[in-house]
Amino acid sequence: MTNAMELYQMLPKTNCKKCGKTSCMAFAVALMARELKPEDCPPLMDEPKYKENYEKLSSIFKPSEGATETGLIVHEDLCFGCGNCVVACPPNVANDPYGVGSGNAPTNINKLVLTIEDGIVKAQNLGECRRFGKNKILCNGCIVTCPVEAIEFV
Amino acid sequence: MEKNYHVCTGCSLLCDDIEVEAEKNKINKVHTACRIGVAHMKAGKEEAIFRVDNKPVDEATAISEAAAILKNAKNPMIFGLGASTNEAQKTAIELAKKINATLDDTSSFCLGSLVEALISEKIKTCTLDDVRNKADVIIFWGTDPSDSHPRHLSKYSYFPRGSEKQRGWEEERTAIAIDVRKSHTAKICGNYFFQIPPKGDAEFTDALIAGLSGKLPKTSYNYPPKKILELANILKGAKFGVIFVGRGLIYSLENLEPLFRLMKALNEKANFHLMPMVGNYNTMGFNENLFAETGYVNSVKFENGTVLHGPDYSIVEALKERTVDAALIVGSDPFSILPRSIVKNLLEIPVISIDPYETLTSRNSKVYINTAISGVEAGGSATRMDGKKVSFEPAIETNHPSDETILKKIMEAL
Repeated sequence: MTNAMELYQMLPKTNCKKCGKTSCMAFAVALMARELKPEDCPPLMDEPKYKENYEKLSSIFKPSEGATETGLIVHEDLCFGCGNCVVACPPNVANDPYGVGSGNAPTNINKLVLTIEDGIVKAQNLGECRRFGKNKILCNGCIVTCPVEAIEFV
Repeated sequence: MEKNYHVCTGCSLLCDDIEVEAEKNKINKVHTACRIGVAHMKAGKEEAIFRVDNKPVDEATAISEAAAILKNAKNPMIFGLGASTNEAQKTAIELAKKINATLDDTSSFCLGSLVEALISEKIKTCTLDDVRNKADVIIFWGTDPSDSHPRHLSKYSYFPRGSEKQRGWEEERTAIAIDVRKSHTAKICGNYFFQIPPKGDAEFTDALIAGLSGKLPKTSYNYPPKKILELANILKGAKFGVIFVGRGLIYSLENLEPLFRLMKALNEKANFHLMPMVGNYNTMGFNENLFAETGYVNSVKFENGTVLHGPDYSIVEALKERTVDAALIVGSDPFSILPRSIVKNLLEIPVISIDPYETLTSRNSKVYINTAISGVEAGGSATRMDGKKVSFEPAIETNHPSDETILKKIMEAL
């Protein structure tokens, strides 16, 4: 996963404020949080010398087009439905402690972020995910528990 | 809301919390099961298949042909039954007695010796529910449940909250993998993965025992003593430890003595249990049923009321020495799981295959009878890897006969 510093390195670093942010570093942080897009930086778009950097930046953010609102992508070909992520996911445990939180079948399906369907993990109710919304945190409960790296956040 | 849960018979975990969506007796969607379970539950065929010499026939012909093969055989063998219900297994044992057959299952070349030690209470064991509720140190030795029993970690051994482990895996549980390669399970165990060379298990066990009593652990392959001591310290502090033993460990040991020694040393300092990672969903049941009947878990031969036991009556030796002249194979695929040099001898004798799936064995058999998938198309009971009895009802209705029905019919035809 890219961090804000890496993104900053690809920006013009002139602090021109044309994007509305106070500095390029602030823009990089906003990019990271997906509040802004690389296209929101006017010099990056207009000046040919930044063309290469712009292409790099947009390729970083490209996978997010197919991803969910929290940036969660499930690689269905890799997942084999072990359910580690379902049981380890903190909102899942909080919303269904005796169901999925205890390793059993879900009992409160409308509040669960991850469930297993036909042997493959399915993401839903992303409003419950800890990576969603303004106060999001970079929770990685589902990533570190996956034996095959089938879940990714972009 | 009361939900109708089904039991998955895809592996010996026998997950009992599976929801299925079925329409017109065909399963469309399976919830909560892993990919193995889904493939297993969806594998049902529309029509039952009976074949003699690879030509379709009706049920009666197939059964009379099977009975004729067994009747003409002087020394028939019954093999498999790891994927049959307890009821079918008991019928097969009766059948074996009646025709003086050699009876064996996959445990003779898998974990049979360990299961025998557990059934005769030589080693302390526990249930999977105990593991979920209490276990704080979990060792996976020579096994990769992430691949073989995908829901093992998430349903019982590592991730779930239990009655005495409510704060979750990060704070309250330590998972340790000891293996010859970095398996998927080892990846989850992170820093607690101990990679040893093949056949290095016995030495590692002794080094660990030395480490437990504070001595310097030595191995011929120079495993860092600091790491073994670190592991020994974790094990010493376990309030409820459990070792899941897979074939990797059993194949590497010449006998079970090192394991007995380790369990004794561990239980002097802490509280440790052991559980075999049985593969087929009811191998444990077969071992228990046969033990109750004969006092042995596998490799037996019935001879006019007496029971002979020994490695000579295991499938591998029986085929190698060509002592059997017909084989009835129930729910197993020796052509896929045994070495070619041994299994090619099966081609020389008439084989009856009773299996819910088309396998390499079913294609190479004289009689093939397609049966119902337990838990999906047929009910019954089975024994989970920890010895707990689980009964199940069929999820859909089909005209497939269960293996129990077929075995009974063959017995009648005899």
